[in-house]
Amino acid sequence: MSGRGTATLAAPTRRRGARNGLLAAAFLGPAVLLLGALVAYPIVFTVARSFYDRSGAFVALGNYADMVSSARTLTAIRNTAVWVIVAPSVVTTIGLVFAVLTERVRLATAFKVVMFMPMAISFLAAGVIFRLVYEHDPERGVANAVVTGIIDAAREPGPYSSARPRNTDLLRPDGKAYVTSVPFSPGSTAELGLVGMRPDLLPSDARPAMAPTAPERGIAGVVWLDFSPGGGGRPGLVDPAERGLPEARVEALDGQGAVKATAVTDESGQFRLGELEPGSYRLRLAESSFRQPFGGVRWLGPALVTPAVIGSYVWIWSGFAMVVIAAGLAAIPRDVLEAARVDGASEWQVFRRVTVPLLRPVLIVVFVTLVINVLKVFDLVFVIPPGSVQDDANVVALEMWRVSFGGARDQGLGSALAVLLFLLVVPAMAFNVRRFRREAAV
Amino acid sequence: MISRVVRFVSRGSVQALLVVIGLTWLVPTVGLALSSLRSGANSARSGWWEVFSVPSQLTLANYGKLLDDPRMLEAFWNTVRITVPATVLVVALASLAAYAFAWLRFPGRDGLFLVIVGFLVVPLQVALIPVADLYGKLNLFGRIPGVVLFHVAFGLPFAIFLLRNFFAEIPRELLEAARMDGASEWTIFARVILPLGLPAVASLAIFQFLWVWNDLLVALVFASPESAPLTVAIREQTRQFGSNIDVIGPGAFVSMVVPLVVFFAFQRYFVQGVLAGSVK
Repeated sequence: MSGRGTATLAAPTRRRGARNGLLAAAFLGPAVLLLGALVAYPIVFTVARSFYDRSGAFVALGNYADMVSSARTLTAIRNTAVWVIVAPSVVTTIGLVFAVLTERVRLATAFKVVMFMPMAISFLAAGVIFRLVYEHDPERGVANAVVTGIIDAAREPGPYSSARPRNTDLLRPDGKAYVTSVPFSPGSTAELGLVGMRPDLLPSDARPAMAPTAPERGIAGVVWLDFSPGGGGRPGLVDPAERGLPEARVEALDGQGAVKATAVTDESGQFRLGELEPGSYRLRLAESSFRQPFGGVRWLGPALVTPAVIGSYVWIWSGFAMVVIAAGLAAIPRDVLEAARVDGASEWQVFRRVTVPLLRPVLIVVFVTLVINVLKVFDLVFVIPPGSVQDDANVVALEMWRVSFGGARDQGLGSALAVLLFLLVVPAMAFNVRRFRREAAV
Repeated sequence: MISRVVRFVSRGSVQALLVVIGLTWLVPTVGLALSSLRSGANSARSGWWEVFSVPSQLTLANYGKLLDDPRMLEAFWNTVRITVPATVLVVALASLAAYAFAWLRFPGRDGLFLVIVGFLVVPLQVALIPVADLYGKLNLFGRIPGVVLFHVAFGLPFAIFLLRNFFAEIPRELLEAARMDGASEWTIFARVILPLGLPAVASLAIFQFLWVWNDLLVALVFASPESAPLTVAIREQTRQFGSNIDVIGPGAFVSMVVPLVVFFAFQRYFVQGVLAGSVK
């Protein structure tokens, strides 16, 4: 910016100066009046108010002492610190990466529009949007639908996750697996009945279960759903209407618990553990059959709520960072980059050693803008966390409202919290004023 | 030749990556849009993506109910009644002040302008309690004019800053010529500065409009239930989020439509405003 605006228009005479003074008052009057009454005076008033308690009695720094001793405000201060440390850096980094990626690429304009769009909508609407995204039930929240899909693909849930033994004396839990309490020796049979599953949820290839016949070598057995639809089944025995459980893994354990043989059941639930040395073995139904499907991440639980809300903030503001940084990028002279490339620098080196240093002023401005903005974050924290975790997600700006207007009506403590916010932006204020003076002096 | 192939492939993969990221960025908004078009019972049972396999779930019933809800309609009009004057007033007051800062010479000008630069970052929380107090005495509390004036006051620093920087870039010769012709300062302001400064005024108007339209906190403090805008009305519903999604979804979407239309219609000015407000 040039200094043209600060230059004088004409050689001022005294009369002209007075006239200009009046003119300026006419042009500036309404704005200055409003700024004085609704910004400047309130700052002074709030600072003063912060030394008085809820009922108006002077307490000096009492409100500030309460602020740093109450668990609720301390959580709010800690969360605001997390926000300030995490959100601006993440957003600036993403903005930088996207700005570099979109340089001279087709579709860049469409991409920028998509990224920038969240800036236009309200924090409230964004909050509603992300409340839906973070729904805990993977059937309803898209974040958990994706996470669950990935995790279940990597660790397939067992086909019988809800099943449990019919006879809990015979089969005892061992972690998520079940182990027989009695030993079996080669030449014998084992009938391992399970219940707790709806018959219509059995694998489609399951066929009626068959009682095993004693083999010459090894141990034979059946794993089946010991439940006759419509009734009439005998517990512990294979009845005609009962079906086998295919694809269950059965292991033979020796006295030390080492696996000596494994088998997988067929469509009628039959398995055969062959080639076993004489001795006695306990049988284990392996964990893989009973593994639970992943139930979803508790995004809005007390532990993850702040990172989750920061995620929604990143969604909103990355477009801003990208557009501002892209404008800075476009201002970098092409020949500087080309010169580095001609000198044999790799693309990464050009980015790291030329682009980023030249972008430094823009990156700092984006970062400072975001820090100021993050300190004021209110709506997202107000809307996304369910009521029960609002205390865990609390930030200073929200606590200030809750304390002053949201029930407690303690305007002394509220003023102290407002002053804290104000003090936190003072460095940014000094940064802006200094930057402006430097630019104006050019 | 090989390096050209490498560059072609890497550019292709960058394109693919951008498409994936872009679609990911759209998913949350699409989710809200589709949720607003499903019945409450369906939303309680399954995710919005089910409409891709069962498109018959889509219904406009929620929007019909919303339009029949007098409180929501009232809230929508309150939003308009707050946003339009707050935008017009900021543009008017800030362009007058910006002209004075850019082109009039008066004692204390630079100091006053630095104060305004300082005000750019003042968190509005710092004014809530005293202004609530003041409004109580002036009988403005809970009324739309109070909400509007607060928005104007906190919009002014950015507005004056943006416009003053733009106005100061206008060539001095144009002003001098007008002065030679005997034009008054008011005429110069209205006939020379404002027309030339229109792009900056447009950016500012869009920003202020979006800022006020999207506000929740100011209205939460200063508006009464009768003067509350859409954001406050929707926020009321989010207390029972799970059971109210058929009201919240369409409500939130309606509140987004106006800003999105403004955004798409005036994208260029919007981007200019962002750049002017931060980089300069």
